[in-house]
Amino acid sequence: MHSCLLAVLGGVLIGAAAVLLMAALGRVAGISGIASGLIRRGVVDRGWRLAFVVGLVLAPALLWLLHGDSGIGAPQVGLPWMALAGLLVGFGTGIGSGCTSGHGVCGIARLSPRSLLATAVFMLFGIATVYVVRHLLGGL
Amino acid sequence: MKALLALLSGLLFGVGLSLGGMTRPAVVLGFLDVFGQWDPRLLFVMAGAVITTAVGYRLVLRRRQPWLAASFQLPTSRRFDARLVGGAAVFGIGWGIAGYCPGPALASLGAAAPSLLVLVVCMLGGWWLASRLPAGRD
Repeated sequence: MHSCLLAVLGGVLIGAAAVLLMAALGRVAGISGIASGLIRRGVVDRGWRLAFVVGLVLAPALLWLLHGDSGIGAPQVGLPWMALAGLLVGFGTGIGSGCTSGHGVCGIARLSPRSLLATAVFMLFGIATVYVVRHLLGGL
Repeated sequence: MKALLALLSGLLFGVGLSLGGMTRPAVVLGFLDVFGQWDPRLLFVMAGAVITTAVGYRLVLRRRQPWLAASFQLPTSRRFDARLVGGAAVFGIGWGIAGYCPGPALASLGAAAPSLLVLVVCMLGGWWLASRLPAGRD
């Protein structure tokens, strides 16, 4: 299948997952919000959060069983950059209350002004970072 | 039952990410590389996800309550503040460095790449740090 059609199909499945979570549990499918709740103090509903993350982790294995390709690609940068990226992604989505799923998908679907702004900002900074890394520094 | 449906939602979400190419950081970085060999796939994933969610939420939120909970918990804040913008900016930089946002990072754990494990542990550390800041989320 053409990779862009497959991308739309993937997006529809992500949307279906978000709708299911809202219909069943009344929660927004924001990965950073769900997963960070596993380690935040004072969060009492860790059960469904853990179950969601387990599903997320198992999904590529399911795909691998079904058609022999998990879809997981190789990291593109070295270990120190992976560590720094993880820290920035965690801290940024933590204080910004969301990531690509919470703001970028669920928030935009609700036309939330905060999510529209956050998505524009992280897209712009992502694009600027890749520009600096690839076109000014010549790679990491 | 709650856990079962959450597991199902997580599975669907992860399958969608993987089919859409989002668990390949090269594809994500290719999308962010608008001044190079641009890869539009992330845009198609987001379009499919946003339209499906917008239509689905519209139907679901007409109901009085979710199947398994007392109420729908939607974010209510309407403030544009430094936390929102600063957080999104910091996240964008981290996203642009390695090509992983939280969903694909977690969904890629199964491949057991050591550097990805480090990224996820550092991401947890970042969440922990953010939750220690005064006036944290929720």
